[in-house]
Amino acid sequence: MPRTRASAPPGATEVSNVPFSGGVHAPGRARIAARTLREDRWWLQPFVTFVCFSAWLLYGLVRASLQRDYFVADYGYLTPFYSPCLSTSCVPGSTHFGTPFGEWPALIPFAALTLPFLLLFRLTCYYYRKAYYRSFWNSPPACAVPEAHREYSGETRFPLIMQNLHRYFFYAAVVISLINTYDVLHAFRGRDGGFGLGLGTLILLANVVLLWCYTLGCHSCRNIVGGRLNHFSKHPLRYKAWGLVGKLNARHMLFAWVTLGSLVVTDAYIALVSAGTIGDFRIIN
Amino acid sequence: MSYDARFKVWRGDAAGGVLQDYTVEVNEGEVVLDIIHRLQATQAPDLAVRWNCKAGKCGSCSAEINGKPRLLCMTRMSTFTEEQVITVTPLRTFPVMRDLVTDVSFNYQKAREVQAFSPPADLQPGDYRMQQVDVERSQEFRKCIECFLCQDVCHVVRDHEDNKTSFAGPRFLMRVAELDMHPLDTADRRQAAKEEHGLGYCNITKCCTEVCPEHIKITDNALIPLKERVVDRHYDPVVWLGNKIRRRSS
Repeated sequence: MPRTRASAPPGATEVSNVPFSGGVHAPGRARIAARTLREDRWWLQPFVTFVCFSAWLLYGLVRASLQRDYFVADYGYLTPFYSPCLSTSCVPGSTHFGTPFGEWPALIPFAALTLPFLLLFRLTCYYYRKAYYRSFWNSPPACAVPEAHREYSGETRFPLIMQNLHRYFFYAAVVISLINTYDVLHAFRGRDGGFGLGLGTLILLANVVLLWCYTLGCHSCRNIVGGRLNHFSKHPLRYKAWGLVGKLNARHMLFAWVTLGSLVVTDAYIALVSAGTIGDFRIIN
Repeated sequence: MSYDARFKVWRGDAAGGVLQDYTVEVNEGEVVLDIIHRLQATQAPDLAVRWNCKAGKCGSCSAEINGKPRLLCMTRMSTFTEEQVITVTPLRTFPVMRDLVTDVSFNYQKAREVQAFSPPADLQPGDYRMQQVDVERSQEFRKCIECFLCQDVCHVVRDHEDNKTSFAGPRFLMRVAELDMHPLDTADRRQAAKEEHGLGYCNITKCCTEVCPEHIKITDNALIPLKERVVDRHYDPVVWLGNKIRRRSS
């Protein structure tokens, strides 16, 4: 026979006859007033993510709008935020791929050519989706913590169904990573135009290696190189490649965060050297 | 060393219930299920709890401890401080039957909706020799003990009762992925994943992976690969165009 308790018996701390509504208070479920009983600091992770992502976006927006201090002519340092610079409006020497666009409109940042693709690559990235669904959209903010929305359709409808285009932004990110790699080759330059190596070169090199680790560890890349196969035994090379990408993929979250930091460090260092605030620490020439 | 721990255990049924306070002795090396059993033996003989193996392999003793979906038998008391009050409730995504026992038949219904393994009709025994590399990906998913903690924590159904009809949940999407990756399966799993099992509802927030007692990488190794396979079929404009051209030229 069902037992019903209308009032708290001795030893009970809470009478749980809350009215049925949605979520964990749906009919039939245990009637517990608190929507979550988690006592740990579950809010900390989404809060930190929210602050860091917002700060990064603000930094990127400001730097992309400044249109200066992005190139160190003496050593060939070009910040990834302005690469590739393809207009005659760019600082002389920074146009590693020529100037097919001529004069650049004053109000449009040079970064408008590539930054949207990089942002969309990260916006549709499976790791970032988890991070911002939790921290910006509270869907859910943390595990076993109720989400803030009454209705939920996931990624079944526009606009979130567009997340399925991630692989195309991955292709764009590969092209941009190749461009960034070429920029690093230009950074092995001394003041006299010969071979040179400075702290800026090492920062640019580390940044591009990390960018490759993030880009190639992408879940779409993992599917493309071998994940879509069912007979690994018939495709040993793709199986090997799938395994290697899998190792990067297991650290995708790590590289997602580290590259956010490395991009800012690289850009800030080049901006400071370019503005003459600090000098480049030279190792060779 | 023993100490007296303070517990709040949910007692009740679908009509209502309470978080009942208990003080129970705890000994070194014990897990939460040991304490629940001591509670039954000494103070609450009518306390309902589902359990079986006490070894984290049967998936029976799923509950929520301090708000987190956990196995009672795999949660060591040493993870809590002696001063901490430990709250134990039933799973909050499924209808409660009594005390810590819930009706998990939703999951059995969803299991039935997944089409069984479908090898080619003309395949004879011994015709196909399976290679280890072809099956090892799926072997991870076979570790599942069906504790349904992933189903419990998934906000798609936990926070939205109305989604239960259209969403299979991580455990059964993982089953679909396992079958889709099988070299001999012939069923159209990708269409089914999208249309029948509600894969698009998953927003990959990884709570299923976080709570899995078998440490299966449900999101990274099953759900995301399945999503990518569905993209291959349904959302990739280049593949779509290629298929159109191929169909026209054939």
